[in-house]
Amino acid sequence: MKSRPASGIVDLAPTSSGWGVYARSLGNFWKVYRGSRFGVLGLAMLCFFVVEACVASSLAPYPPNQVSQDVLRPPSPMHLLGTNEVGQDILSQVLIGSQASLMVGFAASAISALVGSLVGLIAGYYGGLRDDALMRLTDIFLVIPALPLMVVLAAVIGPSLFSVILAIGVVGWTGTARVVRSQTLSVKELAFIESSRASGGSDFYILFNHVLPNVAPVIFSNTVLVIANAVLSEAVLTFLGLGNPNMISWGQMLQFAFTSGSVTSAWWYVVPPGLSIMLVVLAFSLTGYSLDEVFNPRVRKI
Amino acid sequence: MDTEYVVKKVAQTLATIFFVLTFNFFLFRILPGNPFALLFRGPGFSREAVNLLNAQFGLDQPVWVQYIRYLENTAKGNLGLSYTTRAPVANMLFPRLMNSLVLLLTANVISIVIGIVLGIVSAWRRGGRTDLTLSASTLLLYSMPTFWLGLVLLFAGVVYFGLPVAGMTTLGANLTNWFDYVGDLLRHMVLPGLTLVLGLVGQYVLVMKGALLDVFTEDYMITARAKGISTQKLLWNHAMRNATLPIITLIAINLGLTVGGAIQTETVFSWPGIGLLTYQALLQRDYPMLQGCFLVIAIAVILANFVADLTYGYLDPRVRTG
Repeated sequence: MKSRPASGIVDLAPTSSGWGVYARSLGNFWKVYRGSRFGVLGLAMLCFFVVEACVASSLAPYPPNQVSQDVLRPPSPMHLLGTNEVGQDILSQVLIGSQASLMVGFAASAISALVGSLVGLIAGYYGGLRDDALMRLTDIFLVIPALPLMVVLAAVIGPSLFSVILAIGVVGWTGTARVVRSQTLSVKELAFIESSRASGGSDFYILFNHVLPNVAPVIFSNTVLVIANAVLSEAVLTFLGLGNPNMISWGQMLQFAFTSGSVTSAWWYVVPPGLSIMLVVLAFSLTGYSLDEVFNPRVRKI
Repeated sequence: MDTEYVVKKVAQTLATIFFVLTFNFFLFRILPGNPFALLFRGPGFSREAVNLLNAQFGLDQPVWVQYIRYLENTAKGNLGLSYTTRAPVANMLFPRLMNSLVLLLTANVISIVIGIVLGIVSAWRRGGRTDLTLSASTLLLYSMPTFWLGLVLLFAGVVYFGLPVAGMTTLGANLTNWFDYVGDLLRHMVLPGLTLVLGLVGQYVLVMKGALLDVFTEDYMITARAKGISTQKLLWNHAMRNATLPIITLIAINLGLTVGGAIQTETVFSWPGIGLLTYQALLQRDYPMLQGCFLVIAIAVILANFVADLTYGYLDPRVRTG
């Protein structure tokens, strides 16, 4: 990605002070992040969607599952975004649908972040045989096409919200693992790690109190970008019929629009869920890239 | 090319294929309600018959024997029978793979050409209006799910342009003439092709721009410019030559992504490729077919990556020597 130079400088030089540094540098971070217009825009969109998802059920003008006689009606004052093939209100469904997208996005990327960070930390910190084995495994996962792999995994576990989360999470950790590994490699060479080891710190202590705090910002910005991908993948997997058909989500709405053959007659059925997916993905991407610029020295330098 | 490099790449490729095979074997054997058990559950099957069939299919053998047998069978091209059609899976896969390649290769070549041109423009006029417009549209296109882009184009195609939106050729049409056939095929290809191109082109613009921007900051570019070389020569002889390498790698990395886009596009436009086959196998819970599709798609991508690696090694002297 093209990088916009941050307007200020956060002192992000690795420190030995562990987790304590975060409490002090939060305000400092915001000063830099504020400088990125797109980053602020993304974050604002993100807050909007999170709040919207939380209060969706009271915002929705109709119960989202309530069927009616008004089948496939175009937008009208009664139904602001029209109705679907069984007369459900599309606006209500779009509002509720944000919950599934965000839930899957957060849960799946939590799995990816956990697996990716563990693999990256262990590979980078210990090096040698463990590094070789883990990185070969990462390479293998990188080459196998992601969507077919997710499809097969979700199909075998059986269509449900859980299988979609698991399939996305298990497939999406490779990028995080690579970034975390390279960051760990540079952090572990620093003097304070050596002094910690000299004063008797165990590997676990050093990893958790010295390496992880210095790698955490990179994990964080990377994970926000992973969420964007997870939201997209959720839509695709649900559209292909791998989600829970009884749960309202944007991908599920589009699947019903497609399988019921309403695509060519009812644009109001197709456009709102797709635009919503696009905006949420955009929000996470903008936020993620801006965080990356602040946190990831590799991106910032360019 | 350096033999060591080739050997390393061959080993990596084989390891990956082996991993996929092993994954496929174990994944489809932990299925809830083992497929073989499901087949034998009919009331007409006596205990003896089930035992006989189990023995015949080798299901009474330990897992590792089954595994070896599975590898043997796969190597022979025997991928089992489809649950729905009872035909060998392998026979259905290859014609479908060809149909997919027709669409994918066309869309990919078009995307790469457009991507390279737009990438040069936005790298050369970095920060200009064209660059900003391109960056914004790239980000927007990236944020859309490909299948949704397909649905929107399907709507537009039917309502405004009267383009065909399903299949590869018009059903029942009498296309005896080779010329008519190609014309019909191309008309069917417009919408799925456009969907794929729009889904892919952004990636290539970014890749191309990134590669060129890296090159632009190199010392030899400043030297060449100082020598008074024309802009065109500077771009083609100095920048493009050196930017080719990262582009090849990134095209290879994007292949997996391309395949994902193809599954979605084929589903939306009923293009009879391996992506549509995957979708149909999913709908019908046809596990042998799904397993076969995954295997063929994965191996195709792995082999394409291998070819890209070799090309890279051939072009880059640094890789060649060590």
